Amino acid sequence: MLDHRLDDEYEQLRRTVAEFAKDVIAPAIGELYEKHEFPYAIVREMGRMGLFGLPFPEEYGGMGGDYLALGLVLEELARVDSSVAITLEAAVSLGAMPIHRFGTKEQKETWLPKLTSGEMLGAFGLTEPGGGSDAGATRTTARLDEATGEWVINGGKCFITNSGTDITGFVTVTAVTGTKGDGGKEISTIIVPAGTKGFTVASPYSKVGWNCSDTRELSFTDVRVPAENLLGERGRGYAQFLSILDEGRVAIAALATGLAQGCVDESVRYSGEREAFGRPIGANQAIAFKLADMEMRAHNSRLAWRHAASLLVHGERFKKEAALAKLYSSESAVDNARDATQIHGGYGFMNEYPVARFWRDAKILEIGEGTSEVQRMLIARELGLPR
Amino acid sequence: MKIVVCVKYVPDATGDRGFNDDGTTDRESVDSLLSELDEYAIEQALKIVESGVEAEITYLTVGPDDAKDALRKALAMGGDNAIHVNDDDIAGTDALGTSLILAKAIERAGFDLVICGMASTDASMGVVPAMLAERLGVPQVTYLDEVTVEGTTVKGGGTVKGRREGDVATELIEAALPAVVSVTDRTGEARYPSFKGIMAAKKKNVEALDLDDLGIESDQVGLSAAWSIVDTATKRPPRAKGEVVEDEGEGGVQLAGFLAAKKFI
Repeated sequence: MLDHRLDDEYEQLRRTVAEFAKDVIAPAIGELYEKHEFPYAIVREMGRMGLFGLPFPEEYGGMGGDYLALGLVLEELARVDSSVAITLEAAVSLGAMPIHRFGTKEQKETWLPKLTSGEMLGAFGLTEPGGGSDAGATRTTARLDEATGEWVINGGKCFITNSGTDITGFVTVTAVTGTKGDGGKEISTIIVPAGTKGFTVASPYSKVGWNCSDTRELSFTDVRVPAENLLGERGRGYAQFLSILDEGRVAIAALATGLAQGCVDESVRYSGEREAFGRPIGANQAIAFKLADMEMRAHNSRLAWRHAASLLVHGERFKKEAALAKLYSSESAVDNARDATQIHGGYGFMNEYPVARFWRDAKILEIGEGTSEVQRMLIARELGLPR
Repeated sequence: MKIVVCVKYVPDATGDRGFNDDGTTDRESVDSLLSELDEYAIEQALKIVESGVEAEITYLTVGPDDAKDALRKALAMGGDNAIHVNDDDIAGTDALGTSLILAKAIERAGFDLVICGMASTDASMGVVPAMLAERLGVPQVTYLDEVTVEGTTVKGGGTVKGRREGDVATELIEAALPAVVSVTDRTGEARYPSFKGIMAAKKKNVEALDLDDLGIESDQVGLSAAWSIVDTATKRPPRAKGEVVEDEGEGGVQLAGFLAAKKFI
């Protein structure tokens, strides 16, 4: 039997976060966004609510939830603001999840309780100026100094979320640690604690959107960390990363759905209030049809990410569904943001209106966690087309 | 000790609320939820336990089937168990009848401290805590902006202390337990339930009671027994359009005239 209703506790979680977003984030985010400030107070409160520990087991301070719970939370957060949502998404999927999935008992005990409580953020450094999804392009190196038992890391990373906040505890970086049997690069992941000598974090980027999210360029010059900071198996770094990427896509799809829905929320309200030529603009078919299309995109995005999440939670294969959800919802977010801005007219171009923020925040969704082109490639591959 | 927190399931105060033809609350057209003012009472109960006082927290509500949502939310925030008094004959009960039902249920459960919100967000009468104290025969300390509990032992006893801010003075009040207190919306923001709390709430016991269980006759409560009824209700008229001042060089004078006419200046 197919049932699209959420279980009571998931619905209660969704409502709780919706309330939090409306009461706590909405009144504060405009000013933070304008000032490009990281939302420390909001993150602290989210930590208290256990949001950073959602899909982790209780023994490490987690909430014992899953990716469906995380997706519901991300959607409701992004319905009001994407910077806050991406801060949580990256902290969970890229910061804590690799430690949980691949870490030793010691690594988990060291880092996870602080990550799941939200008092510390972890970051994942994969992308380099020379390329992100292309493993062969990795230039950052890590050499094991047998004499001291330390990794010596040199190189640089770019566009790394949550890597330079006051509460960032470490960055997990991918680095070339040798040459494989087939001559390819051996890539491993290594945990570099914040403040390690030689590890420098540049000033935040000036971005088009996601203004309250912390995004930095990182450089490593003879950075030394203990050999036991290796995360997971040596030489499996890139494969490990790929295995958590599909989950991240489901999360981003939920986030994109939230943005698409937020555009509908704001536009429906505005269309009822704003009058032109003696009646609310929503009474005009040109606006009403736009809104109907926007609602359709938000609704179908939701079905898509929840379907992918359902497969993921039940341990079934969800690669194609994750790509479909991510592709459709991110393009819907961009479409809805464009239409919402259009409906708002001149006000939609003013930063004080949420839809202006949505418009600025939407585009990155077609780029991050695999571009739309990458998603199409993955979907086509799943169709079994000749390569 | 045992703390009972009275909570009410009310139509969402941000919705378009109204009445049925018989003057009772229309519960159909607006979603209902846990009264926001009762969340402050829950928060204070949880704070008392977190301050080191050993206490069992029981939530109590009187309401229709859906009112268990209010109890579930309260239990997700924390606390131990809940009591839901639900009976078809309760429909239309006024504050006096409600206080009777609450008092009987509280006596049945046992208590050292009863905490209420300062009022409900629907009827907004704010009289139930006082009625409850009277029916239970214990002290009442109402409208507290701060509340603490001291000196409790396993055998009971102890005091509840509070601060009440008035227009002319701030009162520091205390009462020997058992007692009834009500707390204001200035006591501090209520916490949001965590997912773990939501999951844990599923396993907490909610006891369902009807009037029989409490030894209350059906003619003691309900609309026919009510001392106060809603006679008529008129929707608030939509806000009138504001007056637009055309500035042709003397806009300031016009503004001042407007304010003077309304006695603002």
